[in-house]
Amino acid sequence: MSAGATRFPAIVAEVTEINNLIKTFRFVREDGAEVPPFSGGSHIVVEMDDDGTRRLNPYSLMSDPADTGGYSISVRREDGGRGGSRFMHTRVKPGMTMTISYPVNLFPIDGRAKKHLLLAGGIGITPFMAHMAQLSERNQIFELHYGAASRAVGQFGDRLRKHYGDRIHLYYDDEGTMMDLPSLLRGQPAGTHLYVCGPKGMINAVMKIAREAGWPRGALHSEEFLAPPVGLPFEVELANSGKTVQVGAAQSLLEAIEAAGVNAPYLCRGGACGQCECEVAAVDGEIEHNDHWLTPEEKASNSKIMPCVSRFKGQRLVLNL
Amino acid sequence: MKMTTTKFEPSITTRPVYGILEPQQGSAHLMIADGEGAGAILDLFARAGQQGIDLRPSTHLIYVTAANGTDLSDELSRLGVAKFYHGPTLAAAMSRITKALTDASMGLQIYLAGTESLIGVAQSEAMKAGFPHDGMQTEHRGSLARRVQCVHCKGITENVKTDPYVCSHCGLSLYVRDHYSRRIAAFQGVNIDAEDPGQVPDMVEKFT
Repeated sequence: MSAGATRFPAIVAEVTEINNLIKTFRFVREDGAEVPPFSGGSHIVVEMDDDGTRRLNPYSLMSDPADTGGYSISVRREDGGRGGSRFMHTRVKPGMTMTISYPVNLFPIDGRAKKHLLLAGGIGITPFMAHMAQLSERNQIFELHYGAASRAVGQFGDRLRKHYGDRIHLYYDDEGTMMDLPSLLRGQPAGTHLYVCGPKGMINAVMKIAREAGWPRGALHSEEFLAPPVGLPFEVELANSGKTVQVGAAQSLLEAIEAAGVNAPYLCRGGACGQCECEVAAVDGEIEHNDHWLTPEEKASNSKIMPCVSRFKGQRLVLNL
Repeated sequence: MKMTTTKFEPSITTRPVYGILEPQQGSAHLMIADGEGAGAILDLFARAGQQGIDLRPSTHLIYVTAANGTDLSDELSRLGVAKFYHGPTLAAAMSRITKALTDASMGLQIYLAGTESLIGVAQSEAMKAGFPHDGMQTEHRGSLARRVQCVHCKGITENVKTDPYVCSHCGLSLYVRDHYSRRIAAFQGVNIDAEDPGQVPDMVEKFT
């Protein structure tokens, strides 16, 4: 079994600078055929060869799901990150061939909803662009509330406003406009489902207010891909493959395992999907659990780890891999 | 979750399970109950009182007499909730239930108590209004008589007490499964003598 979703070579057809922080990339197939279809909320994993370091980062598809000519993603440059977004911004040029995965959807629309309330923060807008194309095509009722640091970095907002009119509500930090979440969440009609994508603080605030307002869990959906955090280097023993692997400061545990030639399962590489869940055979030290997948009890028991985003500090860590 | 006081045999995962009603935070409270389910509603208000929560000003309580005749509407009417309706049957209350659900805002807390038929039908109606199936509280009280769908003619028979039973629509003898449909709020009845016509086991009163 190969790890992750099926991959295929794709050509970078266009690179568009939206502003000094965000670039949009368009991928098409080498043979000019249609790309595998996807539904709103899907992401692809983009493979980068960063001078010998192999990076695989998940990005939400923002193009219209009805457009099977290619995939579009947007990447926000994170200068303090590990280098994936910097690679996309500085090294990826039109005409290049890159390896990308088939789409995977961990953030789909719930078709049973009567209304879809979409809440986006910053670059978290991208999956909603695909969602709205699909919802609008199906004549579904939706409303987007999109907050960004400023009008300059939130340029998708104006474009969406032109296209979808007063269903789009825009908020800019530097203009002092803010979402009034308590009253927004109190006034939604029966059968509304809520979707939130953005920074962790925003997701947590929305979920907390929704639960306090009495929303059922089943009507609340969120997605946040975590970038694997940088940290101190550490060593890990892989019991099944009999290898000892060094994990670098800017490398994730999963990347180090892969670099050692061990085929570990993964899908989202951002702590959300649960595919890379791995049993801990022995631990002497502290696992830094950074994922959204394991329950607080599982995290406390130190019996499992998500190698895509979690790290280790201590004497010895042995995984059943 | 605390489990309902009714004892159920362990079964397949599709078989519904029920809890105990607990007061919840929310903008409004819709309670639907039949027969002995009144006891669960009274216990819920007692529990809320102990926790210092007054649900009454924002509660709409819809209560119907159970198929077995149990009617505890007098006790419920004395609770003093904002809106109280008492009807003779669930069918008589359905248009009121549908309106209460579709007019609601998200944040409505739904509490269902009484027979499996009442809980199932009200849950299915809430799902049609767009509420997630697990976004409501349920507590079983009273009769275990079942609402069963004949998988052959699709006819639904209410208040089935025996296994097998005779389909009230097509007349086939049906084995009552624990296999349950949330969408139509019914257990599934499957022809018991399809291979040996006429070889029907004795009816046993199982669902009392």
